[in-house]
Amino acid sequence: MAKSNETLLKVRGLKIEGRSDETWNQIVNGVDIDLNKGEVLGLIGESGAGKSTVGLASMGFTRDGCRISDGSVEFDGIDLVGASAAVKRGLLGKRIAYVAQSAAASFNPAHKLIDQHSEGPTQHRVMSKAESEKDGMELYRKLRLPDPDNIGFRYPHQVSGGQLQRAMTAMAMACRPDLIIFDEPTTALDVTTQIEVLASIREIVEEYDTAAIYITHDLAVVAQMADKIKVLLKGDEVEEADTRTMLSDPQKDYTKSLWAVRSFQRPQKPHVATDATPVISVQNVTAAYGVVPVLHDVSFDIHQGRTVAVVGESGSGKSTTARCITGLLPPKQGHIEFDGKAMPLDYRKRSKDQLRQAQMIYQMADTALNPRKSIGEIIGRPVEFYMGLKGAEKRRRVDELLEQIELEPSQYYNRLPSELSGGQKQRIGIARALAAEPKFIICDEVTSALDQLVAEGILKLLAKLQDELKLSYMFITHDLATVRSIADEVVVMKDGEVVEQGPKNDMFQPPHHPYTDLLLSSVPEMDPDWLTNLLNERGVDNIGDAAVGKMS
Amino acid sequence: MGSILRIIAQRLALGLLTLLIVSIVIFVSVNALPGDFAQAILGQGATPEAVEAFREDLGLNRPFLERYFTWLWDAVRLDFGTAFSQAQFAEFAGGAAGTGLGTVAEMLGPRFSNTMFLAGVTAVIAVPLSLMIGVLAALFRNSIFDRAANITTLTSISSPEFFLAYVLILLLAVMNPLLPSLSVINNDMSFSEALKVTLLPALTLTLVVTAHMMRMTRAAIINLLASPYIEMARLKGVSPMRVIVKHALPNALAPIINVIALNLAYLITGVVVIEVVFVYPGIGQLFVDAVKNRDIPVVQACCLIFAAAYILLNLTADIMSIISNPRLRHPK
Repeated sequence: MAKSNETLLKVRGLKIEGRSDETWNQIVNGVDIDLNKGEVLGLIGESGAGKSTVGLASMGFTRDGCRISDGSVEFDGIDLVGASAAVKRGLLGKRIAYVAQSAAASFNPAHKLIDQHSEGPTQHRVMSKAESEKDGMELYRKLRLPDPDNIGFRYPHQVSGGQLQRAMTAMAMACRPDLIIFDEPTTALDVTTQIEVLASIREIVEEYDTAAIYITHDLAVVAQMADKIKVLLKGDEVEEADTRTMLSDPQKDYTKSLWAVRSFQRPQKPHVATDATPVISVQNVTAAYGVVPVLHDVSFDIHQGRTVAVVGESGSGKSTTARCITGLLPPKQGHIEFDGKAMPLDYRKRSKDQLRQAQMIYQMADTALNPRKSIGEIIGRPVEFYMGLKGAEKRRRVDELLEQIELEPSQYYNRLPSELSGGQKQRIGIARALAAEPKFIICDEVTSALDQLVAEGILKLLAKLQDELKLSYMFITHDLATVRSIADEVVVMKDGEVVEQGPKNDMFQPPHHPYTDLLLSSVPEMDPDWLTNLLNERGVDNIGDAAVGKMS
Repeated sequence: MGSILRIIAQRLALGLLTLLIVSIVIFVSVNALPGDFAQAILGQGATPEAVEAFREDLGLNRPFLERYFTWLWDAVRLDFGTAFSQAQFAEFAGGAAGTGLGTVAEMLGPRFSNTMFLAGVTAVIAVPLSLMIGVLAALFRNSIFDRAANITTLTSISSPEFFLAYVLILLLAVMNPLLPSLSVINNDMSFSEALKVTLLPALTLTLVVTAHMMRMTRAAIINLLASPYIEMARLKGVSPMRVIVKHALPNALAPIINVIALNLAYLITGVVVIEVVFVYPGIGQLFVDAVKNRDIPVVQACCLIFAAAYILLNLTADIMSIISNPRLRHPK
């Protein structure tokens, strides 16, 4: 990549305040950015680090309830902090564009893609509507969207997530801006979809020599995309260096800890005795939502003290399998055995004791905890319901559970969920599941909404609890790094069928089923050459959804 | 498109079913009203034989179910029977009851078209006006304009209707004699003449219905302003007006349409006070008179028309909300 030395964006001492509880609190404490034309800066950090806020502020934009309190943002010689709204409107979309995290939410549901695409160019009088539409189709073709001449005439809900994310990149490109802010553009996508979007973003940014700020929490992703990386922590800059230096030789402890996250790994446990009775046995389960079939003949066993990771992309039937096991969705065919005995298919027909044995932990701890109940009530409820404990006994049991999840009982008993961090809420979710004293817990994407360091803490806690209490886990995830760290056995699902299953070590060694191979190869690695090598090795038509399409 | 037609057909069928149920409710409740038309007309001194003969003449002594189905079947053919009051006069005049003179349909027809005319004129003024004020209030939210619009519309909806009417009469008919204060309307008038006499009651009703529609428009739009796609539109450099009209409004239509429908239904069914103040010959006054006189066929016909208007307008609102949703208009 040829880089000019012309500075495009210069941010100095940027301080941003956010309004909460009637007061202004500083959330970004003086960040500097220098970006040359055609350069890509990776902005990484955990949630709350201020990445998005900084990204938007470098467009001269703050969300409602935020304000730039100090510092300067200079874009190509224009001061964006002091500029009038009209001046900023003239730049936004035309010279500075934005790609949002969720394309599905950021496209207006009421208008066709192409109309939204051509809005920027026509409003900024860069192109006529017809020209812009033609150019849009050209961009769709470059971004390898299927049927580029017609896809623009669809509404957002008629297009898949990965395609929408590429259409949004095309929309950002519509006026050929000098700078694009990518705000976590692939975080909401499946790995196999992500890789295609990454490849097309990188290609088009290079082709038009666009400068970009790439915001993400995924280090492996940023390693593929950025020329240099800046690490943020709670509104402060930790360090900045070019990508290779940053990966091979991080200076600060915090950066090193981020880099080290993926090291937690449990050893493979010995094989289960062939005559052992599984705790949960899913046998030939076929299920449907109404008339739409979702699961086809799914079978697998989960043994005592083991973790079975169920992996697959969205829509592959992972969560539906969990719903069948818990009896929320009675299967059409097949049955569920618990300790060798068939359970009623419908949860309404199960006894309290049968219900107690299978508990769930959810992905979004935020929505899974009643916001109006205190922690003590949330955990106390299943203690009373299943165990029949009351009064002081109940309190003792809740304290014990809080200690198990490593939260100080006296400090947390009376708090509300809103007074906890994301990781702590997830711990409460775990304690609530443990309160029923189950043998088996379903963990549905329990770490995917958490930052990597926090997620690792949760995984370690789950591993510790498993060893202490001989728990069995069904671990639903799409993140193969999580699988590698915690699973004993792996079940790979695709389109409602089990594609492959076996012990973890076998799954990560070839030979694989072609789909497992695709999943594994799509997970970004920390090597900055990974994407380039993969594309050279496989070709653009053999990655992502294109490759999945060839399989079926 | 197939699914939309199916939904519309479904709603239509449901609407008809609702109307049928309402017809039962009307018939039962009107019959349960205390007092008896025959007794009321003939007075305290009437002999039981006279009352009985009178009842027989009007068919009041037939079994309940038979009367209901006869009435329903006639109503389906838009024959609402003969008004009791008219029937009597016809008899006194020597003619037979129900020979065509003074049927309920004939009584209601012109009144109903007057009501529809008033509602129509009001809707043509009020709906675009409230949408416009609502959009502007959302655009300049929390500004002086927004507050003034809110205060004005809330004041006008909180004031009694007759008070608003008198204020307008004072301003536009007495102090500045622009419009007539009495809205006497008849079939011989040209459209512009009719419009002129209807304008004052229409303006009064506009003041009454604007607040709801304007505030719902404002709220529905502001509700959407935090959505990611609105932020995206702003970050594309789209002007604030265009953000609201082009990006927020199309997604806010469903609740707005529903409030509009409710207010239009009110214009057809609930404007008795305004009719009285302006002596406007609408259906509301007729309805009140009929209740007072125990004129059962007229009461029933009015109720049925009101119910049909409510159901039809809400049905239209439902269908328009469905059509405004691209997910339903263009399924995957």
